[in-house]
Amino acid sequence: MLILTCPYCGVAAEETELHPGGEAHLTRHGPGSTDADFEWYLFARRNPKGVHFERWRHLYGCGKWFLAARDTVTLQVFGTYPAQSKYPPREIIAAIRADRPDWVPHWDEITGDSAPGVGNDPAPNPTPARDSFA
Amino acid sequence: MPEPSTPTARKPRRYSVFAIAREAMRLHSGWERAWADAQPRGRYKVVVIGAGGHGLATAYYLGKNFGITDVAVLEKGWLGGGNTGRNTTIIRSNYLQDPSAAIYDKSLKLYETLSQELNYNVMFSPRGLIMLAQTEHEVRGYKRTAIANHLQGVATRWIEPAEVKRLVPIMNIDGPRYPVLGGLYQERGGTARHDAVAWGYARACSQMGMDIVQNCEVAGVDIAGGRVRAVETTRGRIECDKLAIVVAGHSSVVAEMAGFRLPIESIALQALVSEPIKPCMDVVVMANTVHGYLSQSDKGEMVIGGGTDGFNNYTQRGSWQHVEETVRALIETFPMLSRLKMLRQWGGIVDMTGDRSPILSATPVGGVFVNCGWGTGGFKAIPGSGWAMAELVAKGAPGPLAADFGMSRFAEGRFIDESVAAGVAH
Repeated sequence: MLILTCPYCGVAAEETELHPGGEAHLTRHGPGSTDADFEWYLFARRNPKGVHFERWRHLYGCGKWFLAARDTVTLQVFGTYPAQSKYPPREIIAAIRADRPDWVPHWDEITGDSAPGVGNDPAPNPTPARDSFA
Repeated sequence: MPEPSTPTARKPRRYSVFAIAREAMRLHSGWERAWADAQPRGRYKVVVIGAGGHGLATAYYLGKNFGITDVAVLEKGWLGGGNTGRNTTIIRSNYLQDPSAAIYDKSLKLYETLSQELNYNVMFSPRGLIMLAQTEHEVRGYKRTAIANHLQGVATRWIEPAEVKRLVPIMNIDGPRYPVLGGLYQERGGTARHDAVAWGYARACSQMGMDIVQNCEVAGVDIAGGRVRAVETTRGRIECDKLAIVVAGHSSVVAEMAGFRLPIESIALQALVSEPIKPCMDVVVMANTVHGYLSQSDKGEMVIGGGTDGFNNYTQRGSWQHVEETVRALIETFPMLSRLKMLRQWGGIVDMTGDRSPILSATPVGGVFVNCGWGTGGFKAIPGSGWAMAELVAKGAPGPLAADFGMSRFAEGRFIDESVAAGVAH
């Protein structure tokens, strides 16, 4: 059973008191954005086989949303952090790097630009051409 | 040792009562492999990734309906070892939306004659299927679906609790938590032998001269000028004119190799079977409120399907608490289950789309087509899916069955919304 530590109340919560909320760090497009951006935000997902940043809610605990870094193949949890984080914090990145030396982050997809100062990753993956998706 | 592949079709040896008699006379020494375990060649007209039901059906109908037999079906593991071997074998076509009803009913009709068509007994058993209504919401939803099905020409009907009890005597319809308020009954629904579906299609493909290559994992897609040229595999480079990605739970992974992204999330769905018991239930029962699906296999095992785990997962095993949740809910409706021992439990990785309907689509890469997103209900769709996908690959444009399932529907807001309308169960 998955056990995630809620970063707000500190409880090591079992899967049964948590609710999954899908991919984290999506850019939230709203009115005025292009159709492609809107589709990207609502439906397209990285769905990686490996390191995944995701949202969870401590449903039967403090009730708050938080974020977690987890491997979708081994179910290893690299850590949890507050939902207000724009990027995963350094200690999470370090924990991932320690076990997954080949892992390549994708911050520009998350933010539209590189994330200065986060895990020292100035050269993330190229963003796939969004226009070609539809 | 794998047999060497030959580009020419093998002479089909039919299974029949005479073949059984002939083999009985010679102590069954003459049975041959059902299909050739081929070595890949360097080039094919069409490469299908994924030798599960959908991939093999795609290849089969490419050959049968369009005469394209220069086809390789690549499988990273063993034939039918993914979700084709991990489902609860339920077949039905009682969907709410017209495009769904069309493709699933095509599939059901193909299943009805599949054993004869493939000369391979897929053990299709149209024993009838009931979707239980256990809340007022479901009562309204299923009555609506019954009317929609009537307009679509799909024979289903609403039945009252007394008839549910008559059809399934082992059921407790009085609750107390979830009393049975009625059900949506499709008499043509049922089950089939999942492995036999894959084996039957594989045998037919092999007889047409297609290569089914096992232990051949795709590691990359070579694209030049916006068009597919080849796939790089663990067994070498294979060139192709057209590429069909039919890999269910790993669709996002292969799509990433081809440089585009899908509206798909992969999650685990699990099932379990009990010890075999004497025949006690000759109908398939789905209880969507409690996420429990129940049928009795021909061996006597009670086959139980559960709910999904909900979080992204590639592990092919499910969480323990979902087993508990499913069984706890089912024993209220089927009290006799509480005395059964469970034999096996397993999980598969299902590919869920935003509207819980599949994707049969061309992609941003020329010559690359995807068939994915069947989510929790792909087995029932295998023949119809293969039929529609073959047309898409052969012609480069979707036919009437696949037309509404293009992936542009998410940008256009043209959802085929089965998750809200018909309950999450597939």
